[in-house]
Amino acid sequence: MFNEFPETIEIDLRTRVNDAIDWLLSTFGGVFDFIAAVIRTVLLNLEDVLTWLPWPVVLLFIAVMAWFATRNVMNTVVLTALMVMIGMFGYYELAMITLAIIIAAVFISFIIGLPIGILAAQSDKADSVIRPLLDGAQTMPAFVYLIPALMFFGLGRVPAVIATVTYAVPPLIRLTNLGIRTVTQSAIEAATAYGATPRQILRDVQLPLALPTIMAGVNQTTMMALAMVVIASMIGAEGLGQEVLLAINRIDPGRGFEAGLCIVALAVIIDRITQGFADQYKESIS
Amino acid sequence: MADENGILLECRKVSKLFGDEGKTQQVLQMIRDGVGKDEIQSQLGAVVGVREASFDVKRGEFFVIMGLSGSGKSTLIRTLIRLIDPTDGEIIVDGEDITKLSEEGMRNVRRNKTAMVFQHYGLLPHKTVFENAEYGLRTRGISQTERREKAQSAIERVGLKGWENYRPSALSGGMQQRVGLARALAHDPVILLMDEPFSGLDPLIRRQMQQEFGRLQEQEDLTTILVTHDLDEALMLGDRIAIMRDGEIIQIATPDELVTNPADDYVASFVEGASPARFLVARSIMSEDPITVRDGDSAESAMNLMRERKIWSVFIVDGSGKVQGVTSWDAVQRAAQSGSGTLTTSTSGVRKPTTCDPGMSIDELFPLVLNTRHPVAVLGERDEVEGMITKNMLLEALAHDIDYDEDEVEAPSANGAGTTEQANTEVPSV
Repeated sequence: MFNEFPETIEIDLRTRVNDAIDWLLSTFGGVFDFIAAVIRTVLLNLEDVLTWLPWPVVLLFIAVMAWFATRNVMNTVVLTALMVMIGMFGYYELAMITLAIIIAAVFISFIIGLPIGILAAQSDKADSVIRPLLDGAQTMPAFVYLIPALMFFGLGRVPAVIATVTYAVPPLIRLTNLGIRTVTQSAIEAATAYGATPRQILRDVQLPLALPTIMAGVNQTTMMALAMVVIASMIGAEGLGQEVLLAINRIDPGRGFEAGLCIVALAVIIDRITQGFADQYKESIS
Repeated sequence: MADENGILLECRKVSKLFGDEGKTQQVLQMIRDGVGKDEIQSQLGAVVGVREASFDVKRGEFFVIMGLSGSGKSTLIRTLIRLIDPTDGEIIVDGEDITKLSEEGMRNVRRNKTAMVFQHYGLLPHKTVFENAEYGLRTRGISQTERREKAQSAIERVGLKGWENYRPSALSGGMQQRVGLARALAHDPVILLMDEPFSGLDPLIRRQMQQEFGRLQEQEDLTTILVTHDLDEALMLGDRIAIMRDGEIIQIATPDELVTNPADDYVASFVEGASPARFLVARSIMSEDPITVRDGDSAESAMNLMRERKIWSVFIVDGSGKVQGVTSWDAVQRAAQSGSGTLTTSTSGVRKPTTCDPGMSIDELFPLVLNTRHPVAVLGERDEVEGMITKNMLLEALAHDIDYDEDEVEAPSANGAGTTEQANTEVPSV
């Protein structure tokens, strides 16, 4: 008798969610179209620039950044070699497309995440609302983000960027919040004693001192975005992720391995360079 | 603007409670009824940080708040610019009750009237020394040229010229505190608040910074409120000292009153180890009636004076009263028996006197007094002989039970420190 849960007390959430999405689409369709247009423009321009750049320039750029970030010959050589490896696998152009999606997603995450992080740091009430939402977002399987993105923006790169942002923004919010909250009280007290307004304190003291933590957040966001582009390829993101997806569909493990390796290489390059700069800044203020 | 009495800051029954805000009125009533701190804490769970603190600070005064850690002194100084809001009481700064001001009004007070130096420096680590020094001016919205000028001058006054473009982390603790001081001076405050500014420094640097600061305070004519747990520091720098215990001010007194007349056993045990050398100055230990004779007076009359007063040294002054020489009984006697019978600066046995400033501290007097056979002349404003100090007087002063007129005790302002060099150059070769 208790083998089956009674249907009479079932909650029909799915219909309501669908209804809500339909309502949102019909009411705010213009807003979604506008957002999609902005993201598409940014993305296409980025892609154009990145694929237009001659590859030696890109290599040189990576080498120079790696040198200034790490001040280490070995690291510079290895990071540049990783990019060369991507080219030798024949994935240079796809890597640039992926990079464009990543940059766009991280940029949008930053625009959204920083103010929310600041809000959470300055108000305990806001924090208590935002924190459980972030917890929920981070435990949610990545695939779930594809659905609303797909519903609101259809197939293609734009929903891929949206899904990536949704997935990648929580660590940035969290670390911005943490960074600002852990700024040494003595610096804030001193600024207050000299008549600084809350806005001046934020600008002159809290944000600069929280910057290393915020940069760690940006770094994590970037890494999560890289992981997400593979999944987002299922709703039409081009680039390396799509290669992995195709390899799965065609049962071509070699191809999947190459593409996977390229994603890892891209991750390592971005991670080392951004972390290098973050560490340098951190050292200079401690 | 100022009160007729020249009172710049006035604290009236300022209390600060920590804990459950719902019980505030209840706790304040208990404080008024004189219930003890421990009892309030056990009954209501409220911690009394500061308890009905009242004091006033005069323009130009150096006021020290002293107490052990946990006595509420740092809380009290923070309430003065509402870095911590007082729970009860009034704080009148330059005629204005700041406890009634809005946030914006309070910011204006902080921007235009006060500056603060912190124990842990409170510097902005990502800004350079220069940017730190000008920070207070920036919040005030002062033009860049004026900022540049004021900050640069402050940096030079604290002796950090050449370090403008370094970050604080490149500097030693003592130098970082100078940056904190430069920031305060550039702000050009009416009242300077200092929360244990020297306690984070190692002892050698600490003494040096204290002396330099004493000199600076004198030059800048600042009104200063200093919080410290270091008795020597309080005695050396303070015009008046407030002693705090358990959030309460238990005595406010000048340094010598504090040592000679402590309010209770607690204060007495506090000041027990105080070395008089820290607060006694030349004027407080000198004899006020040295024998002076005019250049060219008869040696016979000088001998009569010396016999009469039983003082065996005599100073020779010129027509305008400036001291020119010093000599002893033997030389005067010889002069009386010699041809002219007069005392002049060229009489054999007459030396150029060692002189000192009335504000010179005992520490600094020691070498002067020990280096000459004759008494040291204490000079007044017009270089007239105001008094003299012998080796015996110095020893008596250190023997604690000295008999001196309280009115004559100069507060141990640091003018002694400022004149060391000047006095040293006048030490004659004996």
